Amino acid sequence: MAMTSPDTAGLPPRRRFAGSRDLWRRLPVTAKIGALMLLFWVLTVLTVSLWPLADPLAMVGRRLQPPSGEHWLGTDALGRDVFARTMYGAIWSIPIAFVVVACAVVIGSTLGALAGFFGGWNDSIIMRLVDVTVSFPPILLAMAVAAVLGPGLANASIAMVIVWWPIYARLMRAQVLEKRENEHVEAAVAGGAGRLRVLGVHILPLCWAPTLINATMDFGQVVLLAASLSFIGLGATPPSPEWGSMISEGATKFYSWWIAFGPGMAILSVVLATSFLGDGLRDLFDRRSA
Amino acid sequence: MLAYIVRRLIAIPFLLLGVASVSFVLAQMTKGDPLAALVPERMMSNPEIVNAVKAEWGLDQPLPLRYVTYIGNLLQGDLGTSFTTRRPVSTDIAERLPATLELVIAAMIIGTALGLSLGLLSARFRGTATDGLARVFALIGSSLPIFWSGLILLYIFSVRFSIVPGTGRLPPRVTPPPDVTGFYTIDALIAGDLPLFTQALAHLALPAFVLGWAVTGIITRIVRSSLIEGLSQDYARTARAKGAPERRVLIGHALPNAMIPLLTILGFTFAYLITGAVLTEAIFAWPGIGSYAVRAAASLDYPAIGGVTIVGSVAFLLANLLTDIAYAWANPRIKVH
Repeated sequence: MAMTSPDTAGLPPRRRFAGSRDLWRRLPVTAKIGALMLLFWVLTVLTVSLWPLADPLAMVGRRLQPPSGEHWLGTDALGRDVFARTMYGAIWSIPIAFVVVACAVVIGSTLGALAGFFGGWNDSIIMRLVDVTVSFPPILLAMAVAAVLGPGLANASIAMVIVWWPIYARLMRAQVLEKRENEHVEAAVAGGAGRLRVLGVHILPLCWAPTLINATMDFGQVVLLAASLSFIGLGATPPSPEWGSMISEGATKFYSWWIAFGPGMAILSVVLATSFLGDGLRDLFDRRSA
Repeated sequence: MLAYIVRRLIAIPFLLLGVASVSFVLAQMTKGDPLAALVPERMMSNPEIVNAVKAEWGLDQPLPLRYVTYIGNLLQGDLGTSFTTRRPVSTDIAERLPATLELVIAAMIIGTALGLSLGLLSARFRGTATDGLARVFALIGSSLPIFWSGLILLYIFSVRFSIVPGTGRLPPRVTPPPDVTGFYTIDALIAGDLPLFTQALAHLALPAFVLGWAVTGIITRIVRSSLIEGLSQDYARTARAKGAPERRVLIGHALPNAMIPLLTILGFTFAYLITGAVLTEAIFAWPGIGSYAVRAAASLDYPAIGGVTIVGSVAFLLANLLTDIAYAWANPRIKVH
């Protein structure tokens, strides 16, 4: 059965995606680079324990040695290999950012969809909650929550979800409000579909593009904020090789610049990768807001 | 338009009440025991003293009453007592606020100037190497962890090449200028002390650049895209047809129209500035409210971090309100609803 959604009615029929290869071909070069960089970090997380690296927690050389053939990024104040620690740092930062973004998307989108679809009191209460949450400067709210819950990566993650969910609530609410007016929704209602069915089957599947694009971009920002909280002393605790806390160790050993160099470059690469990829995806899927 | 501004103004007190309520809830959840900050340890075993202190600070009252007291105190500017400095948080913040403002304003000036010039450059030489370099420089600024770029630049410019002095607002054992505005650079000028002004400026330069660089990316991006859009508009074509050189079309016609999007983005950069200021102050040992918040958070001093959070939120709300008003005022075409 040939279906044209009202969105594209009147336009020449767009070829449906012929799978991921087609998507890949249409991405701009920068976005491809970003995707490859992210893939590199994901593979690192999965396989780093198999790499022939030094033990990130053990003293493997003399202290505070500058970069050399043996220790590519030198050694830190406890004689640990900085390159190995930087690579192992991905095990902390990448999965945590993934969990935080996923939780923020699920919580925010659910609440936003409910607010947009049901309106009335649900809408008022949820959106006032959003308004209050975004009244806080993000880092201060995260610091306050993390300070209340106590240091540790789990608590820092909770704090970051609290900071991030409102963005997704607003995005999803706006999408649902827009798509709710589509004719196919009216047709579904006329056909006797229940409210949850209308929301779940006829509206939500059309609403994901802005959320996914934003989530891609936010991934890097979450890595950055998580590292910031660790740097301040509210995230990961020593001796775990988390990027932010490695930089804070480097800050105390000022003359040994190499301690902080690796983790800083690692954070930079993730943030750049996600903004490249996010930009590319936005060009493909969401021309209007580009 | 006026109705919109009035509605925004009416919303502000409610948002502030929301912020205060969240802060109260957090304060109740905190693990740090307020008693420990108020009662010397050896007297903790004495129930009489403990109860007396509880009564004095209202810790024996039921929760709703404490909430009312808390909001009432906030309205009078009382943010509670810091567990670590044991002074009123409002006093601590008032003392440190000028340092933060000086840093943030200097950074804003640097960031806007850099962002505007880079945006102009890359729009003028669109598609060339200049364009690419300008955009990369801007993009890196907004992607770098600021606590890392601060550290590396401090190492390069201070330790390696001694171009700028180290951390802090002034060299050690130098007396600050008499307090007028709280901005060391301006106060030194008012006092007519030129060497002191130079020292204060030299200390300000690097942290302000690091923080300014972080917002350069957003500004460059918005300036570039609105300039390029402007250059393809009818008014640009008309100007070219009348013989205006490309530079004049850019500066005289496209640039003024790029100011409106720039205005809206400035409110947005404020969030970056606050985040950046907290971390920059931590790196540069800058005695502002950001480094105060960092120390408070690390020692789980909730009243202090809560106080900074409330002050930060007030500033944040005001900045966003001002942006909206300025935006509506600068562009009468916008029908705000």
